[in-house]
Amino acid sequence: MTEPADLLVVGAGPAGMAATATALAGGLRVVLADSGTTAGGQYWRHPPEPARAAIPTGDLHHGLGAYRTLTEALSTGRDRGRLDLRPAHHVWSVTREDDAFTVHAVDRRHAPEESAVTLRAPRLLVATGAYDRQLPFPGWDLPGVLTIGGLQALLKGGGVTAGRRVALGGTGPFLLPVAAGLAARGVEVVVVCEAAHPLAWLRHPGPLLRNPAKWAEGARYGAALARHGVRFRPRTAIVGAEGTDRVTSVRIASLTPGGAPRPGTGRRVDVDAVGVGWGFAPQLDLLTPLGCALTDAADGNAVVTVDDGQRTTVPGLYAAGEVCGVGGAPLALAEGRLAAASVLADGPAPPVPRGRRLAAVRATVARHRAFARAMALAHPLPAAWPAWLTDETVVCRCEEVTAGAVRAACAEDGAHDHRQVKQLTRAGMGWCQGRVCGPAVHCLAATDRAYEPAERLIATPVTLGALADLDARR
Amino acid sequence: MKSRITVDGEPLPFVEGQTVAAALVAAGRVAWRTTRVGGRPRGVFCGIGVCFDCLVTIDGTAGQRACLVPARADMTVRTREDGDE
Repeated sequence: MTEPADLLVVGAGPAGMAATATALAGGLRVVLADSGTTAGGQYWRHPPEPARAAIPTGDLHHGLGAYRTLTEALSTGRDRGRLDLRPAHHVWSVTREDDAFTVHAVDRRHAPEESAVTLRAPRLLVATGAYDRQLPFPGWDLPGVLTIGGLQALLKGGGVTAGRRVALGGTGPFLLPVAAGLAARGVEVVVVCEAAHPLAWLRHPGPLLRNPAKWAEGARYGAALARHGVRFRPRTAIVGAEGTDRVTSVRIASLTPGGAPRPGTGRRVDVDAVGVGWGFAPQLDLLTPLGCALTDAADGNAVVTVDDGQRTTVPGLYAAGEVCGVGGAPLALAEGRLAAASVLADGPAPPVPRGRRLAAVRATVARHRAFARAMALAHPLPAAWPAWLTDETVVCRCEEVTAGAVRAACAEDGAHDHRQVKQLTRAGMGWCQGRVCGPAVHCLAATDRAYEPAERLIATPVTLGALADLDARR
Repeated sequence: MKSRITVDGEPLPFVEGQTVAAALVAAGRVAWRTTRVGGRPRGVFCGIGVCFDCLVTIDGTAGQRACLVPARADMTVRTREDGDE
């Protein structure tokens, strides 16, 4: 693509792919950048194209029809010179000046080599998704304990199972496809510990009834787990992992309605790997420095505020998918389409509005958001989860800051948010910049508001070489 | 035939398309780094480039997330180093 782009999309998961396809269909020139080696995001993570015969993953996926349609649309866009697809591009900064956006990325297609890339467009859509939210517990830093997303990524991206006897724990529907995928690859999933009780869903019958596809999906996973003899235990949690050089067992316990381990219910289960996940944390790194307004979502996360056309509060900046609230792939797809429709409508030559079709997409978004809210309320972080921490439990994995140190910072030094805890203890100051421990430190320091990640001026580590490279080309 | 990378001087087979972390996990490795403060073993945790637990040195470049970098034949990987080097 040689002419300047009309729209820059960051993130090639369901939201970014759908937005790109809609924008291309509307005649726009698009740049789509993603850190992955191939489009699809985490949801449709695949091995690179040439490796797909050697690493079959088709049976692990859901909604592959939509994925193929979007992949074709992207491929046609490239053939026609309308789409500049940038895989393995890690965006580390976005700035807005003179009514245009400048995106700084490093091209890591030949990693570990990297080179600086600058992309520009008058409009920007951020669809950077989310990652597993974690709650620390004693032993969670032992090798063999992974996030459930990590287990899934190894499986979907590399055809690799991280253990032979695995316990899963946390909360939310994502536990089910991970358990089913591992079981389908011959892993013995010894237990799935879900902190919530499925009956909590019955408090929200409306969204359930309006989304029959969702509970059909749940029922399918339930049947798959039953077929493999996987035990699903509601109102339980993995409250400890044990081992010396790697995890060899977990302790699981029943939970009180508040989420504290019930005394006397703990038991040990032998495992060689563990997967944990407590919902998701939206990846807001590129949005917060641009000054977007944020809103509290029902799951305890701050998310980017958007209007009914996915416009953020910053002119020219749109957002779609999990950054607007965790709600799953069907919602992300609809939000992506809606965002691109807004980009087209806000452009210099707005298309003739196709009112009914857009109204249908809006209705889909509303229906899935209602479902997402019900999901968040049915799968909360257990209020009493800090009860399973000891003072020695590592909370910040990078800087190895313990729960005792975080508690002391709050109780003795008066820290009342994760930023102050960071200044006092270094929790969140390491390599991951608080992405992993941030939500948990926030819970320990402040319980009355949603988690808002710290602003990170550089969203991904870049080498000085790449920066110098950038400077040389100015 | 499987391709190979070299990890700490030893050949490690991988399937074309796998990341360095996937190749290590497939070979049964769960840990390949020790932390700076506690000297604790670490390997892959998030698997998607968020946590930086899986850092290795690849072809002489330190601080590489093994879960993101596709393995390529003749790649040389060094482990057991803290990411801050």
